[in-house]
Amino acid sequence: MAGNTLIEVNGLVNRFGDHSVHKGLDLALNGGEILGVVGGSGTGKSVLLRSIVGLHEPNAGRITLAGTPLDHRGAPDFRLTQRTGVLFQRGALYSSLTLCENIALPLREQAQLRKTDAEALALTRLRLAGLEAQTARLYPESLSGGMVKRAALARALALDPDLLFLDEPTAGLDPISAAAFDELILTLRNALGLTVFLVTHDLDTLHRVCDRVAVLGEGHVMAIGPVEEVATTDDDWIRAYFHGARGRAALRQSSNNRENA
Amino acid sequence: MASAEPGQLRTAEDGETLQATGDWTLPHYGALRRVTKARSSAPSQLILDGIQRLDTAGATLLAELVGAERLRRIAETSPDIAPAHRALLITVADAMTGCGVLPPEPRRGPLELLARMGLALTDAAGKARLLIGFIGAVLVCAGRSLVTPRRWRFSALLHHMESTGLNAVPIVALLTFAVGAVIAYLGATVLGQFGASVYTINLVAYSFLREFGVLITAIVLAGRTASAFTAHLGAMNANEELDALRAQGLDPVELEVLPRVLAVVLMLPLLSFIAVLAGLAGGGLIALTVVDVPLPLFITVISEVPLNHYLAGLVKAPFFAFLIAVIGCLEGFKAGGSARSVGAHTTSSVVQSIFVVILLDALAAMYFMEIGW
Repeated sequence: MAGNTLIEVNGLVNRFGDHSVHKGLDLALNGGEILGVVGGSGTGKSVLLRSIVGLHEPNAGRITLAGTPLDHRGAPDFRLTQRTGVLFQRGALYSSLTLCENIALPLREQAQLRKTDAEALALTRLRLAGLEAQTARLYPESLSGGMVKRAALARALALDPDLLFLDEPTAGLDPISAAAFDELILTLRNALGLTVFLVTHDLDTLHRVCDRVAVLGEGHVMAIGPVEEVATTDDDWIRAYFHGARGRAALRQSSNNRENA
Repeated sequence: MASAEPGQLRTAEDGETLQATGDWTLPHYGALRRVTKARSSAPSQLILDGIQRLDTAGATLLAELVGAERLRRIAETSPDIAPAHRALLITVADAMTGCGVLPPEPRRGPLELLARMGLALTDAAGKARLLIGFIGAVLVCAGRSLVTPRRWRFSALLHHMESTGLNAVPIVALLTFAVGAVIAYLGATVLGQFGASVYTINLVAYSFLREFGVLITAIVLAGRTASAFTAHLGAMNANEELDALRAQGLDPVELEVLPRVLAVVLMLPLLSFIAVLAGLAGGGLIALTVVDVPLPLFITVISEVPLNHYLAGLVKAPFFAFLIAVIGCLEGFKAGGSARSVGAHTTSSVVQSIFVVILLDALAAMYFMEIGW
């Protein structure tokens, strides 16, 4: 599956009032890769994600998911929503349902499984995301930040998607939990053959997880490619981002890892 | 990537080896489940080379069939499994190894019904204690800021007076006008049987001056304002804004609660005056048109109602106002972080404030009757 283009974005335009977030943005996501999307605040990372998932209707442009053009007007297309899983920034777990019910809901409603089957699969998803069976009957409000992210990931995986959208998965996590979450994403990608669209600010995540990085700015993709390549791009923001104090630390860390490996 | 048929389990010629073929994916889950259920005992050997497509749902079923640890061994040792399938099977088998069982859902038996009744009772007692404590806190805070004019927050007060008082005028006036008309119809029907339909005016006048002007206004504000206070303060609490105030050494009761309470205490008597006028207008309209009472008589009757009846109504207004505002704010403070919690406390604040208003009104009616007002 690797190598072919799974998502294609052409000439995407998004305006909010007079402010243009995207001015004809082009982007391609290949099957099986993890693409990290970075950019300063207000460069439209989340809007891009929401446009591709179909939650936000762009002012202009064309988005193709696995060869099917995306129709923002009609009802959500089951064939597409089944193939995509979304991890929202703050988890967006349904607060009136237990974790098990959160994950079982799409299985029962979309895949039309019986309750016991859906719960058995929900348990597998929880375990895949690194949560214990005892958490299944808890409500989201009693979970820690890291557990919320894991549970939300488990829900995103509910319908066995091949395309995963992650909106700042490690934001708000302590470094150890964040590193564990990075490993989890890598493991699942390798095991399940996922394609991942990853919006993040976390430099460590970029270096550890992403095959390619796209930098958004001025309404376009300013640079796209492997991290090391993008980091050498001649642009003030990119230089400040990758070669600031935090960027240098992450760079050192990742080259150390490579030497040890 | 061509869609193959749903997965099958074939028994090989030796009668002991099972061969899995076809698609083992979520869309075929029902069929696959029947296939695996049909095998009562675990097979001595399982060959997975023939599987076309596999996802975690299919892998879970295979793990249930032979056990997670054995599935992992099979995936590791079989040479002909596709590498992608091998990685998936191992990951799912690892996830399911020692995963324990799903804890049972909480039971809802008759015993639990009793337990919930008990909990509701202790909960109500706790709520009452908390409310009394909060009333004390608000009064102390009010007394403290009364003596320091620097702490009078006029802009917040005016803002809340506008949103709870001025903006409520149309709904209060319309509702009481309608209730006044209904009471006049009622009076005309019942009193007409005794040839006393002219007393319809007295019925409307006494009931609105004494009771309904204040009571209907208080009920409208309990629905409109208490819920707004709870939702606003609850959302602030969820966003940790109240904690931020406390962390800066500011008192949320003084900044957020006091202006609201004061605004309602000032506006409810004014609104209930409007309510009385609108109710009299509604009743008067029916009396003039349906019962054919002449206008001068209408005015005379109303002007001859003793003042203490109106005072008996009006004196209740500040108490109702205080309780409505305090309950609304307290429920907001109690609301937790989730959307569900804010919703539950908003409902609770409306129910509690309407309950308290009607209860207090009934007690006041008995009291004023006894002292002969």
